Amino acid sequence: MLADMIQRLFERSLGDAAQSEAREGKWLPALWAEVEEMGLPLALLSEEQGGFGLAPADQGEALRLLGHLAVPLPVAETMAANRLLAEAGLPLAEGAAGLARADDLTLADGRLSGTVHRVAWGENLDCLALAVGNTLYHVPRSGWTLTEPGTALNFHPRPSLAIDWVVDASAPLPHDPLAEGATVRAFQIAGALEAALDLTLEHTATRVQFGKPLQKNQVVQHELAKLAGELACATAAADLAAEALARGDLRGVAAGSLRAREAAGNGASIATQMHGAIGFTREHPLHLFTTSLWTWRDEFGGQVFWATLLGRAAMAAGEEGYWPMVTEL
Amino acid sequence: MSAIPFPAPPADSDEVLALRGEFRAFLDKHLGHRSPRQRSDNWYGFSRDFSRAMGQAGYLGMTWPKQYGGHERSAFERYVVVEESLAYGAPVGAHWIADRQSGPSIIKFGTDEQKETILPGIAAGKLAFGIGMSEPDSGSDLAATRTKAVRDGDVYRVTGTKVWTSFAHEADYVILFCRTSGTPADRHQGTSQLLVNLKDTPGLTIKPIIDLAGQHHFNEMHFEDAAVPAKNLLGAEGDGWNQVMSELAFERSGPERFLSSIELMYQLLEALRGREDDAALAMIGRLTAQLAVLRRLSRSVAAMLQAKENAGLQAAIVKDVGAVWEQTLPDFARQLVDAEPDPRTAAAYAGVLANIVHNAPSWSLRGGTREILRGIIARGLGTR
Repeated sequence: MLADMIQRLFERSLGDAAQSEAREGKWLPALWAEVEEMGLPLALLSEEQGGFGLAPADQGEALRLLGHLAVPLPVAETMAANRLLAEAGLPLAEGAAGLARADDLTLADGRLSGTVHRVAWGENLDCLALAVGNTLYHVPRSGWTLTEPGTALNFHPRPSLAIDWVVDASAPLPHDPLAEGATVRAFQIAGALEAALDLTLEHTATRVQFGKPLQKNQVVQHELAKLAGELACATAAADLAAEALARGDLRGVAAGSLRAREAAGNGASIATQMHGAIGFTREHPLHLFTTSLWTWRDEFGGQVFWATLLGRAAMAAGEEGYWPMVTEL
Repeated sequence: MSAIPFPAPPADSDEVLALRGEFRAFLDKHLGHRSPRQRSDNWYGFSRDFSRAMGQAGYLGMTWPKQYGGHERSAFERYVVVEESLAYGAPVGAHWIADRQSGPSIIKFGTDEQKETILPGIAAGKLAFGIGMSEPDSGSDLAATRTKAVRDGDVYRVTGTKVWTSFAHEADYVILFCRTSGTPADRHQGTSQLLVNLKDTPGLTIKPIIDLAGQHHFNEMHFEDAAVPAKNLLGAEGDGWNQVMSELAFERSGPERFLSSIELMYQLLEALRGREDDAALAMIGRLTAQLAVLRRLSRSVAAMLQAKENAGLQAAIVKDVGAVWEQTLPDFARQLVDAEPDPRTAAAYAGVLANIVHNAPSWSLRGGTREILRGIIARGLGTR
């Protein structure tokens, strides 16, 4: 139901021109207005919190679709930030929102200051759900100025923000924004990988070389099978991360997030290779997905951060405890 | 929307959680004394005693009807027993094939008499099965089967050769895939399955095929005008191809498709202890993430089996991705801990590593090669 609405909205209102503007770092106000009108920023909230009360499976589908449609707005981030703010009992965002953790910020005389690095669409946000240690802050737009510009591999902006703000909205942290963000990104990765597989199947069915469609070659078929395997892993990984997030198990978030990040790289590589040179251009839509996959796999804690976290848990479990730990993830 | 759907597996119920605890205690009691090297044999281990203990405790034929010695439990409960067996490196060879594929095939296609005489023995852990599919000239191309069974009164006269039959020298039965009419050129037509008693079939000789590690679990079965009672026909004559595809779906559906080298992971953790740097921790983390996701996909397959859905395509993906995991684990281990693997050493890490390196090549061959599986997946994507 929500999925259908999301699909229709972006198929209607998100075209090549808008994607091109977003790559220039331009905000798409009309499209964002439509996102708000649909209520998407509150989509992950329970009914008591004023949200849609979606089942986990439907939440996942909505997030996957944002990846499948390569939506060039921080919709997923806003959904995740609002869930975090709602759980902490803080005011929700009145526009787009970001989420971040920055433990080296300083709090002195009620004033929070320091730099938050590389926030998606930082110039255009209404607020930031920011964790410092075990506290969550609702930092309004007036609480930061832009310091360094930054650009993601899909050319969407990632400016760093200089926070200088007298704290007036904080609460104990309900769960980690990195975990929340990593989970959301896992769903987007699964969605974008599915789009990449769709495009790759279409291309290899219609592109004729040596007198036959590419996908009639066994070597191409085997690459398609591998791509389908990466997609299956990414999709399961996102679900695994989401369930672990709901339980508050960072090991499970790490496991799901890591496998999705890995699938992003493996899958993008196969899809591009199967497209041949056209997949390396902006003339063909594949780049929307590959460049986003390469972006998302390194955000909200990197590969090393999550892999060492899970690796440490595995070492602590040891010979006897390793398998029982795996069955808990 | 081209994704191959994997339904979300349900969270473990209280029954499933309780069963996991009970079964772990059962394994500790019966197998707690075994060494890491022994555990790393995994499903190449063969122990009639252990299989009988499994049967007595109700851990075989778990999903089957009670009238045939089964326990009418869920696919998830069976899944717990299967995965915990493998994670523990239990010697499952004397019940594995029967419980996984032969029994389910007999339930699906067998006569009442076949069900009554064979299934209770499997569920009790007393009847072991081998697989009778591959031939010297028919491996991945199963439809090229030449083994011929000619009806002669109340017997079939069987002539031909089957290979790679694990434990044929120990087991009681195989389900033989053979040709009951026509020639190999007829492909899927004219094939059938026969239940062959390995202990009591004159004209059948069984010879070992020694693998590269010096182990004897494979065999060649040679049938020379061997008489198999006609009442041992499984299912319908001529319907062998559909039946054998169904049997392969059972064969491919389980978690044994990524847990074959799990003992090496345990020993790697111990070998690393005290010198784990961030790069090592990250590699362990990545491998663990891959394993956790494989397990989730595999549990999705169990969910599909529980719902009586066809999981053939999903199972092919799990086996393809899973075989890569279990097969490449020794390479990752070798990047983290130096050791010269030794097949005869008592040292845990070097001994387990040797066993895994020796056996790993077979994991992307058995039950359908990697290439066959990728063909199945590609077909599922609509490419052929």
